[in-house]
Amino acid sequence: MRAFGYDIDQLVIAHVLLAIIPVILGMIIALPLGWWAHRSRGARRVLVPLSGALYTIPSLALIVFIPVVLGTPILSPVNVGLTLTIYTVALLVRSVAEALDAVPASVSLAALAVGYRPAGLLLGVQLPLAVPVLTAGLRVASVSSFSLVTVGALVGIESLGTLMTDGFQQDYTAMVVTGIVGSIALAFIFDALWLGLGRALTPWSRARAGV
Amino acid sequence: MLGRLVEWFTDPAQWSGSAGIPARVLEHLGYTLLAVAIAAVIALPVGAVIGHTRRGGLAVVGVANGLRALPELGVLVLFVLLLGLGLLPPTLALVLLAIPPLLAGAYAGVAGADPGAVDAARGIGMREHQILLQVEVPSAVPLMLGGLRFATLQVIATATIAAYVGLGGLGRYIIDGFSVRDFPQMLGGALIVAVLSIVVELVLQVLGRLVTPGPDRLRLGRRPDGTPTPNPAADALTSASAPSHPERVDR
Repeated sequence: MRAFGYDIDQLVIAHVLLAIIPVILGMIIALPLGWWAHRSRGARRVLVPLSGALYTIPSLALIVFIPVVLGTPILSPVNVGLTLTIYTVALLVRSVAEALDAVPASVSLAALAVGYRPAGLLLGVQLPLAVPVLTAGLRVASVSSFSLVTVGALVGIESLGTLMTDGFQQDYTAMVVTGIVGSIALAFIFDALWLGLGRALTPWSRARAGV
Repeated sequence: MLGRLVEWFTDPAQWSGSAGIPARVLEHLGYTLLAVAIAAVIALPVGAVIGHTRRGGLAVVGVANGLRALPELGVLVLFVLLLGLGLLPPTLALVLLAIPPLLAGAYAGVAGADPGAVDAARGIGMREHQILLQVEVPSAVPLMLGGLRFATLQVIATATIAAYVGLGGLGRYIIDGFSVRDFPQMLGGALIVAVLSIVVELVLQVLGRLVTPGPDRLRLGRRPDGTPTPNPAADALTSASAPSHPERVDR
């Protein structure tokens, strides 16, 4: 599909990939870190304030830091991707730790008593029980990722944000609105996807809600 | 690159005049304060009243979550295209983005006030506005401050982007630096705005501890596993802080 002289499909694909890969990558990194913060007081003392500080750094600043630290080209989409990955990790480490903290001790002890080993306890009991809190964290990370991806357009990284910057330069409101509406629509579509995934992974919560 | 960055920072021209670092920092803080103050004046009372009456609570949460999906850059550009250049359009965009966290914090704080305490206040004859101001709002302070912190950081970050639509502040270094590929300038601006955000966050955190009423201020003790020491009285009085304790949300 073409509009305003742009290949919209290509912008949408770039937008989705650049928003979603960091969210998935961030989740994968945050799980072991969050588990570590849940188990070790020392790790938590370092990880939680560190994530807080990273989350505090404005996106445009972080996008500028990455090429300097990693030596990537200033126009590389990797800068935006890594920025969003850092935000996702920063947001989710605490979510994961608190989700695991929230598993009642009686449940963990009961699982140990019926013969679960530590790895089985984590994967078979604690993580599944933590899914609702994890899904909530993932949804927040995902929605903000879809909106922050557009900031990359300021340093030449293509996404639906390109319609906003170029629309501004050309004084073309319809183009800007298309970028905004598209970005919001994509955020909502993936939000619904995570919500559905969370529900599918916790059939017991549906059963309880049905009573 | 590091050498050129140091050069940028140590250039005396960088430290004076209307495009100097001190002036840009003050501008940035000024925009932030203005937008957060306007947003707070609108959002805190509305959130508190909705939290008290419990009418429209779902709408508040929905609107707050929905607004989070708004792309900041798009909102800024749209406001400037529709309303013109100058201070007002970007400020209005910043206000719009600061409202959801403030509204959600005030609503959740007031709605989460201990129903026992509210009933007791009603029982001893307090009027509704007294209950709201003397019982519910004090117990909502921690969540209101959480909303304020989040809104402030959001505005500092978005004000940086607003340099693209002609606003001053620290984003100027990044946007102007990018347009002429002056990387030390971009990096310098990014460093200053990052440090500014972290300092503001720390100041608001300390402020939050100082003004938090009641037992939460005392609840500094931690058990070895990092969970707060149990304090039933504090829990009862500050059940407003439930969202930071997922175990209570779950039930």
